[in-house]
Amino acid sequence: MNADTGSTVTASVNQGRPAKLSARGIAKRYGMVDALLPIDLDVAPGEFLTVLGPSGSGKTTLLQLIAGLIEPSAGALFIDGRDETHTPAHKRGVGVVFQSYALFPHMTVRENVCFPLQMRHIPRAELQRRVAATLEMVGLGALQDRFPGELSGGQQQRVALARCFVYQPALILMDEPLGALDRKLRETMQIEIKRLHRDTGATIIFVTHDQDEALALSDRICLMNHGRIEQLGEPQDIYERPKTLFAADFIGISNVMRGRVGPGGMLETADGALPLPAGAPCPAAGQTAALVIRPEHIELLPPDGTALRGRISESVYAGSEFRLLVTLDSGTTLVARRSPGHAELRIGDEVALGWAADRARLLPA
Amino acid sequence: MSAALAPRRRDALWLAVPGVLFLVAFLVGPALGLLSLSFTDGDTGAFSLAAYRRAFGVGVYTRIIGSTFMIALQTMGFCLLLGYPLAYWLAGLPARRRRMATLLVLLPFWTSALVKNFAWLVLLGRTGIVAGTLQALGVEAPPDLLFNRGVVLFAMTHSLLPLAVISMLSVMTGIDERLRPAAGTLGASRVVAFWRVYMPLSMPGVASAGLLVFIAALGYFITPALLGSPRETMMGNAIIIQVQQMDNMVFAAALSAVLIAAALLTCVVYDAIFGLSGMSGGGGAVRRSPHGLVRRLGLGLSRVLAAVFGGLAEGAARLLGGHRLGWLLPAYACAMVVVLVVPVLSMVPMAFTSSNFMSFPPPGFSLRWFEEYATSPVWVSATLRSFGIGIATAFVTVTLATLAALGLARSGSRLSGAAFLMFMTPMVVPSIVVAVSLFQLFAKIGLVATDLGIMIGHTVHAMPIAFVILLATLKGHDLRLDQAAATLGANRPRTFLRVTMPLIRGGLVGALIFAFLASFEELTVAMFIGGGLRSTLPKQMWDDVNLQVSPVLVAASVVVVVIVTVLFLLGEYLRPGRR
Repeated sequence: MNADTGSTVTASVNQGRPAKLSARGIAKRYGMVDALLPIDLDVAPGEFLTVLGPSGSGKTTLLQLIAGLIEPSAGALFIDGRDETHTPAHKRGVGVVFQSYALFPHMTVRENVCFPLQMRHIPRAELQRRVAATLEMVGLGALQDRFPGELSGGQQQRVALARCFVYQPALILMDEPLGALDRKLRETMQIEIKRLHRDTGATIIFVTHDQDEALALSDRICLMNHGRIEQLGEPQDIYERPKTLFAADFIGISNVMRGRVGPGGMLETADGALPLPAGAPCPAAGQTAALVIRPEHIELLPPDGTALRGRISESVYAGSEFRLLVTLDSGTTLVARRSPGHAELRIGDEVALGWAADRARLLPA
Repeated sequence: MSAALAPRRRDALWLAVPGVLFLVAFLVGPALGLLSLSFTDGDTGAFSLAAYRRAFGVGVYTRIIGSTFMIALQTMGFCLLLGYPLAYWLAGLPARRRRMATLLVLLPFWTSALVKNFAWLVLLGRTGIVAGTLQALGVEAPPDLLFNRGVVLFAMTHSLLPLAVISMLSVMTGIDERLRPAAGTLGASRVVAFWRVYMPLSMPGVASAGLLVFIAALGYFITPALLGSPRETMMGNAIIIQVQQMDNMVFAAALSAVLIAAALLTCVVYDAIFGLSGMSGGGGAVRRSPHGLVRRLGLGLSRVLAAVFGGLAEGAARLLGGHRLGWLLPAYACAMVVVLVVPVLSMVPMAFTSSNFMSFPPPGFSLRWFEEYATSPVWVSATLRSFGIGIATAFVTVTLATLAALGLARSGSRLSGAAFLMFMTPMVVPSIVVAVSLFQLFAKIGLVATDLGIMIGHTVHAMPIAFVILLATLKGHDLRLDQAAATLGANRPRTFLRVTMPLIRGGLVGALIFAFLASFEELTVAMFIGGGLRSTLPKQMWDDVNLQVSPVLVAASVVVVVIVTVLFLLGEYLRPGRR
């Protein structure tokens, strides 16, 4: 199933341009454990691809394979069409921003940023110019003689970015680079990274376990689970048209109603028969399936006789909206959103729930 | 009024006061006393520089001072050069295997220098295994392996190598292992990444290893006495002769003062470059200026070395083609570990010999030498005294060190840095100086040739190791757990007994064991303070080895090795952070 997911997306992305990065059946095994099952992946030049997944899903392994920090157990890796499967990291020219920044503690900010240029034997004048320009770009010109240990987390993050961008690698890998920052700073740095991406035109592969970050930054998201690619697509596509229950559950909040497909295009659930979305390929009657409905698509109505009914069991104020938990008669709890302008609903109030049938997604369960 | 009545909260540092007073009374004070004695005339007590004139004016002593510094420097150089790859290999092992391998380095560290040097005396002697092997190979007249400069350097390096390795290892294991892959992605080959990133970051460990080895080597006397010729006489040997045979305390004091000055100077240089707080292993980061001369020189050197070795490695890679040299380092490390451990273990088969002489391999099996050891009143009383003094030392040391560590772990005072250095001082004073200065003090107050005197000296000697273990334990102890116990209704004693104590117990027992070990194999203090009357086990062995080398001495060594090994393994097992 994954293989064909991969290849269909590949076809749609390539559009005639050669891929910046191509992975063909690349895999990593540690003893008996598959850290990464064979996957195919193509990344277009200038693309911002996020690799999203829970811990242990293989995303960091994939990143280390691309960077050349570990050797694959199988498969091949092409950068700009060249086979780089066995090229050591220092000859690959791939930029990496590490999770913990990995700044050299015995070098000043400036020396850290100089390091990759010295490795490339860049002439002195050129080196001075590029280091100054890059430090200016990340706003660290005044701190260049400090040691990393004397900087705040956000400043260290900027040094790590500068050290990577200064030698203008065409492919940049970022391993949860914002994980250690607080929420406010994380949002600032997200904008910074987007700007750097736009200004430099670099191809960026960004690993994260934070779905909001993935939605905010990416051209495409590569969702991983258990060492496989679960789904690959544009953020909106994955959010609105998840292909699996895992994808639906991992990205955003999803309400899941499980049941069995009954006659007449209905899903028989513990809470009664629910209409299936029109147009979707309908599984044969008798098969198990699940309906997935995003909270923003659930409407809360005054109770009437026919519809799905429940009671408000919890109300969470979230600034721009209320998040309401509705417990159905069967005990299933659904989440709905409601803007504060609406008539107030109290805990214990009985409500009817409805949604436009084509807003729901039918997924195999 | 309420302000006047409210008890002022004292900083926790006052808990360190008993230990500081102890060290002032039995380390700093006596050392200053020795120093002032060195400036007097032995007969009249008036001020005089005669002792120094003699030390630096008489040919034989200037030569001894010169060769002492030369041997100490060479030993330090060998320890660093040979120890660095071993420590590097250990640091690169997975945590579990590293602990196992480190045990093999630490075991010879805790085996007394006396036993190790004695082992070389036997192994390299005329009837030893090396000479025997050479003869079997057809070498007619095997070269004389003993009593020359080479064997002294070899044996001293062998004795002090574990100290160098563990000092470097503690820094190397603290280096972020992601830095070198990071350097790789930035374009540095493995060789360049080593020289430009790993090497500079490991330098504090190299420096503290150098400091500790150099100072320990300065005060050495066992190896030159056992394995050296008169040309290898070091200041330690000269001091012993002055005290025990010439009865010239003033001259011994002057020689000791030279050792103190050298040790102090070494510490000052070290502090100027790396900061003494680095000794604690992960102490506060030193505020360095990015434009400091030493730093710039170091970085420049690391760049040059990176360029040279990077180029060499590329050339070698081209020459060797696909040949990998990755096996070289493990092979080297294993060879070093074997050389470290073998002399210690070689005592065991030799002790069971049926022959009247020591030879390797032994001609037959017999327990007669152990019988002789166990039935000899001299050996038995020495063994019992060592145990008694060791246990007393352990409890006194750990009591003082626990209080101090509690104080330091909870203190916000600026004096805590000074207190820390105070407790580490015994490590940077050559032990022969400690012994002579205590001898001088105890002679006045009647503690010479008493068990109490030896115990006090051993407590000074054991203080740093107990203190370091306890400080690590208590710093690792989460104070919030005590606070949680308090909010849950436990009063202070109950909090201590039910929460604090069970959590720090491993560290406490570990400190007790290592303080005991430090005392159990201490020779220098025991030799000076014990005199001929109160022999501890190492002192008895020392006397014996100088009179006649007999298999009963080997049996005693085996007893020491077994006791040390068992306690050492137990202590390692209980150490904090080991898990």
